[in-house]
Amino acid sequence: MLSRFFFNLREAHVPVSLKEYLTLMEALKAGLAQFSVDEFYYLSRATLVKDERNLDKFDQVFGQSFQGLESALDADGEIKAEIPEEWLRLLGERLLTEEEKAAVQALGGWDKLMETLKQRLEEQKGRHQGGSKWIGTEGTSPFGANGYNPEGIRIGQDRSRHRRAVKVWDKREFRNFDDSLSLGTRNIQVALRRLRRWIRQGAATQLDLPDTIRSTARNGGALDLRLVPERHNSVKVLLLLDVGGSMDDHIRTCEELFSAARGEFKHLEQYYFHNCPYEGLWKDNNRRDQRIDTWHVLHTFGSDYKLIFVGDASMSPYELVEQGGSVEHNNPEPGQVWLNRLTTTFPQAVWLNPLDEAYWKYTHSVGMVKQMMNDRMYPLTLAGLDGAMRELSR
Amino acid sequence: MSFQGTQTYIATQDLQVAVNAAITLQRPLLIKGEPGTGKTVLAFELAKALDKQLIQWHVKSTTKAQQGLYEYDAVSRLRDSQLGDQRVHDISNYIIRGKLWEAFVAEPAPILLIDEIDKADIEFPNDLLLELDRMEFFVYETREVIKAAVRPLVIITSNNEKDLPDAFLRRCFFHYIRFPDPDTMARIVDAHFPNLQKDLLHEALTVFYNVRDVPGLKKKPSTSELLDWLKLLVAQDLSPETLRSKDNRSVIPPLAGALLKNEQDMHLFERLAFMSRRGA
Repeated sequence: MLSRFFFNLREAHVPVSLKEYLTLMEALKAGLAQFSVDEFYYLSRATLVKDERNLDKFDQVFGQSFQGLESALDADGEIKAEIPEEWLRLLGERLLTEEEKAAVQALGGWDKLMETLKQRLEEQKGRHQGGSKWIGTEGTSPFGANGYNPEGIRIGQDRSRHRRAVKVWDKREFRNFDDSLSLGTRNIQVALRRLRRWIRQGAATQLDLPDTIRSTARNGGALDLRLVPERHNSVKVLLLLDVGGSMDDHIRTCEELFSAARGEFKHLEQYYFHNCPYEGLWKDNNRRDQRIDTWHVLHTFGSDYKLIFVGDASMSPYELVEQGGSVEHNNPEPGQVWLNRLTTTFPQAVWLNPLDEAYWKYTHSVGMVKQMMNDRMYPLTLAGLDGAMRELSR
Repeated sequence: MSFQGTQTYIATQDLQVAVNAAITLQRPLLIKGEPGTGKTVLAFELAKALDKQLIQWHVKSTTKAQQGLYEYDAVSRLRDSQLGDQRVHDISNYIIRGKLWEAFVAEPAPILLIDEIDKADIEFPNDLLLELDRMEFFVYETREVIKAAVRPLVIITSNNEKDLPDAFLRRCFFHYIRFPDPDTMARIVDAHFPNLQKDLLHEALTVFYNVRDVPGLKKKPSTSELLDWLKLLVAQDLSPETLRSKDNRSVIPPLAGALLKNEQDMHLFERLAFMSRRGA
């Protein structure tokens, strides 16, 4: 039973190791969780999960392993039928009193409800409002929010939580920490710090104690001070941001990334482009004013600059492959030529895409750009940034 | 020896389980959570509840792992040697004990608080792996092994500014202090202000959770800010009616400075106040 739970956790990509499993065994043997499921849940959570980002996954797996719920894991262990967040926020909260329960026809037990919920989820594709069968809001179906079926399962309704009726792990209160979603300035900064590489450069200002001792000893005891340069953040970054057009949706996320990046690097150069970089870039968001020759950029910065594109890469394929394909001017050379030039001059390059990764395959140009970047395209999420930074600091 | 919270510290059940697991199995306990939810205070209260000495090690960005073990004061020794001091022949005169050393040799076993471990350099936790796991280390200068006779309880707090290495995490228990729900919050406030009027508390909590719900706040007020604010409310002897009054000036709660620590947040509130005044 427990080992299955352990493997379920691993399959759900919660990083648990044998060491933690043995610790849990040890804790159980020491009698730390004897009398209640809740205690066992808290204990196993404290032992097996080491990062709040994984708490949500842990809760799901715990629910499946010990509730006897219809498992949402398919044969490969992938979690299927991902329930949209706004529905799930309060899943598992039942809102019934005894009288109400008796008063209105109900579906027949918790397990049955969950089972039906799973079925409905598979049947239903979109958001739904009203009606008496589908999951949504303001209906009479047992599933959904603001309804009045007493044994209903509330999905994504903000108010009136009852404390008793709920299994703790089914509340999924840690969903916000899942790293595949949120990206605030703070998070971005955390991820960008990966980029920092401390290299000693510049004037010698710090006392180097070991060297001082060594050279003093060599000097026969006469004090000989030795200094080393202070550590500087020496990562150089060239940031190319897509503005206008299809990027307007994402401009806020990009600005957050941008403002976070400002403080992190000694050398940070940023330029703007639209859809795809061509022979000209802009230094100023007021974009049509002073166009800077891309050749100039290519020649100015050394190849030790790390190149970061931020853009949704959603454009007409012609912009990439045809001359004159640009939407706003007549370009003598196609976009992919310029992309190639940029990535050869700056071999350490990544493309950050604010589009949800799940939608990449629906836009042809995203795949093309990804291919031109040698697969180094990452979603603009914390996990994606982590991947991108790791790639850049290789 | 188990921990159930104290008179001034309300510990939720999950926190109790985590703390007791750490006590029983003698592993470090890593505590994370929003600022102001009582991570550091936990160590203080734990020391009080278990009646143990608390050794605090506050980590800064310049802190090195070695400083927690011991430091060799080479400069003093150098100076003494040049002045011809006799102390210079015994190297142990120049070994300065760190917090970890203190915690290992203290009798009875104390509680060691390593506060804000994420502030230090990224290698810091890695450098402490063996020391925290085996609770021993080797002093090169004097060639002695310092080993904890009884393992101290180690509480580590983190604000999540850096990821901690997996190898480090594997050796710890982990607990994430969630922001308390209104019921727990009422108990917490009750523990700190036992004589607070019921209706004032109710109104204050309503205002507080409303402030937390305002979208776009840079820094949401947390438990410690609530307690400060209540202290002010009590000191100013404000009535529940003042908090409740729904006239159009009251969008900004009284003494808001204790709750909002950021001028952008204040500005946001003033804008909301302005808009609601215009609406009225």
